[in-house]
Amino acid sequence: MNTMKNFFRQLSYYPSALVGLLVVFLLIFTAVYAMIKIPYNEAINLWRGGEDVWYKNPKFAAPAWVNHFSSKKYAESFAVSTSDGTIEKVADPGAENTATYTMNYAFDFEYDYYPQEMILYITSVFDEKQPFISLEWLTPDGRTIRIANFAIGQDFTYRFSQDEKLRTKLKTDDVIPVLFSLPDETTPAKGVYQLLVTGTTFESDSDINVELVLHGQVYGLAGTDHARRDLVVPLLWGAPVALAFGLIASLGTAMLTMIISAVGAWYGGWIDELIQRITEINLVLPFLSILIMIGTFYSRSIWVILGATIALSIFTGAIKGYRSIFVQLKESMYIEAARAYGASNFRIVFTYLIPRMIPLLIPGLVLSVPSFVFLEAGLAVLGLGDPVLPTWGKMIDDASRNGALYRGYYYWILEPTILLMFTGLGFAMLGFALDRIFNPRLRDV
Amino acid sequence: MAVVTHTPSENIAVKKARHDSTFMRVSRYVVVRLFTLFVTVVIGIYLTIMIANMGGYVDQIMRGEIRDRVTQSIIASPSMQQMAPDVRQKLIQERIAAEEERVGLNVPIAVRNVRYLSSALTLQLGRAINMTSDSGSKQVRLIILERLPATLLLMGISQLFLFFSSIVLALNLSRRYGNFWDKAVVALSPTSAVPPWFYGIFMILIFAAILKVLPFGGMVDSPPPSNTFDYSLSLLKHLTLPALSLILSSFFLSIYNYRTFFLIYSSEDYVEMAKAKGLPTRDVERHYILRPTLPNIITNFALLIITLWTGATITETVFLWPGLGRTLYQAVGLYDIPIIVGSTIIFAYLLAMTVFILDFVYALVDPRVKVGGN
Repeated sequence: MNTMKNFFRQLSYYPSALVGLLVVFLLIFTAVYAMIKIPYNEAINLWRGGEDVWYKNPKFAAPAWVNHFSSKKYAESFAVSTSDGTIEKVADPGAENTATYTMNYAFDFEYDYYPQEMILYITSVFDEKQPFISLEWLTPDGRTIRIANFAIGQDFTYRFSQDEKLRTKLKTDDVIPVLFSLPDETTPAKGVYQLLVTGTTFESDSDINVELVLHGQVYGLAGTDHARRDLVVPLLWGAPVALAFGLIASLGTAMLTMIISAVGAWYGGWIDELIQRITEINLVLPFLSILIMIGTFYSRSIWVILGATIALSIFTGAIKGYRSIFVQLKESMYIEAARAYGASNFRIVFTYLIPRMIPLLIPGLVLSVPSFVFLEAGLAVLGLGDPVLPTWGKMIDDASRNGALYRGYYYWILEPTILLMFTGLGFAMLGFALDRIFNPRLRDV
Repeated sequence: MAVVTHTPSENIAVKKARHDSTFMRVSRYVVVRLFTLFVTVVIGIYLTIMIANMGGYVDQIMRGEIRDRVTQSIIASPSMQQMAPDVRQKLIQERIAAEEERVGLNVPIAVRNVRYLSSALTLQLGRAINMTSDSGSKQVRLIILERLPATLLLMGISQLFLFFSSIVLALNLSRRYGNFWDKAVVALSPTSAVPPWFYGIFMILIFAAILKVLPFGGMVDSPPPSNTFDYSLSLLKHLTLPALSLILSSFFLSIYNYRTFFLIYSSEDYVEMAKAKGLPTRDVERHYILRPTLPNIITNFALLIITLWTGATITETVFLWPGLGRTLYQAVGLYDIPIIVGSTIIFAYLLAMTVFILDFVYALVDPRVKVGGN
């Protein structure tokens, strides 16, 4: 307990260590939050689900908070529907089983840019006679534009910008700007717009529900990508994936390296010789190429890559460093005492030799976490990211493939890179401080 | 049991052997060392070959691709649509067999692995399966030679700059240990946890996308300028960002490491003694600090030179730099084992040679070290 206290007191002398510790805690918190808030299966569904999951979101939309930093406001996206009560629906029964439904949605439009698209998703229940729908658009200056009249099927999607009749009527190729501005003007008119949907059914059990989706230029906390996916999902889920990969790889590598070098140093002879030869062979193997080969030919699963990474990272220069320390430790008095009372080899290696090394192991372990986190991201940038999991590296890969930098979608590339950068720097700052605390030789310099 | 006794003449022989042993020791060391290094290279290359075809798994992928390609080309060709189905089927089979023979799939995989190994060890790099050099050759040697200058230019400039600037700056800092710049370097050293390609993305974002002063990637403008001056200017423009990201990503850590290293050596007693004697700082640094650290500095330099060979795969890919690292990545995508093996064998030989030569260099610069001694 006292040593722990002592350790934290020493740690508090290094401001960078405290910052690093804070970043690591924040990451762990984010990871836990992500896993609770969006359970694994839901995250995978949100990331890989297909158009059905993403249709409500705009494409290439920046996060909504950019409006706070911009004098010109971008249109925010929204989705409202009658089934959850956000659009008011009034039913008015008529003669001979007919009924008239009035669905009315008014919204305040206070932006300086036009939205990307407006879409109406209409679902209806009927046996034979198709319900009939008419749409009217009320602008802030009091005009009423008749949009369309049509009969609908069970599921009907009406895209305002794709309606040929409406184009002809409004004498334009681009419907949305005309709907959102005063006659003969090219800037959006601010004010309250209203969409009036009137549906008529011709059967007693018929029903109509509509969902209005407006694709603006901005969306949510993190924006969306080329496939309309909400980027909050990969940003949140990137944290547990990066932490898991980084920590498992560094812990696995460090532990295995330590055990192997301890065994080699203790038994000596051919075991020691074999370990040294394997280390030299491993030096010849092209590390990144092998990972690329495994990713290309065999499996892009993050767990396979993780296994290969650990396997290739065990026999590196670190094993020689550990070995030289173990060889020194082997001669110390307490080991001799253990030998004298007849402790088994296993007992000496695992309970006397290895625990002595743990303080020396920790800084290196923390310092190697960023390299593994970035390795995963790097493989994703090469197009070898895990095909299923939403990760930061995958986001960068998607962004660069879709020309985010050329086309100015900076948020798309900045969000994951900044998070990755924080992760890397946090672990590195903590690791450097730990290195100075645990290596007395470095403490004075 | 016979008792071994030494005659006086034999005793003299033993003594003489001990005196002559420098030559014997060195030559025995050379033989043993070269042998172990060679075995290491052989095993390393064999493993790489094994991984490059995933124990035959890649063969299946390649067979499938050949079948698809041949069938497609025959079905698409109008002159062959008139043929009877069985004739056409026979033609497809023949073409597939020919193509498999060209790629080498008709030979069992074990035999092929040994063939790859022996030709790699004798540096007969052979012909690529799918890739070609820009001048249209399939010779692995030519493909590698064509990409080598790009990698050497990028990696050479950045790594040499890093090496020399960090040693000079580190020496300066170790002299003024504890001042503002020293503390700044210590504080900034964690920035090296971020790899170069990552800085590359930021560089592209700032200088190419927002400021629009430097190109996004590539090596020269397209089409390449015809006169030498414009060409070099264009090359320089394209080189700036990747070189800068390579330098930035290791700059502070490299200075920090050398500085700490020099500081540890400056606290030795003999350095204090030299200072007490009143030797000029220059001499103290040269003879008492740099001299004992020389083996380490030489090792770092030698390793730096051979890492130039591997290139920087991800950085080159991010900047679309046509170097060896990116070629290797493309080769993997095209199942081009000869290129992967060719690149690996050259790296392995360079590494083995460096390790071997370094032992002699240590003995040259450090009188305490003997070649082949313990």
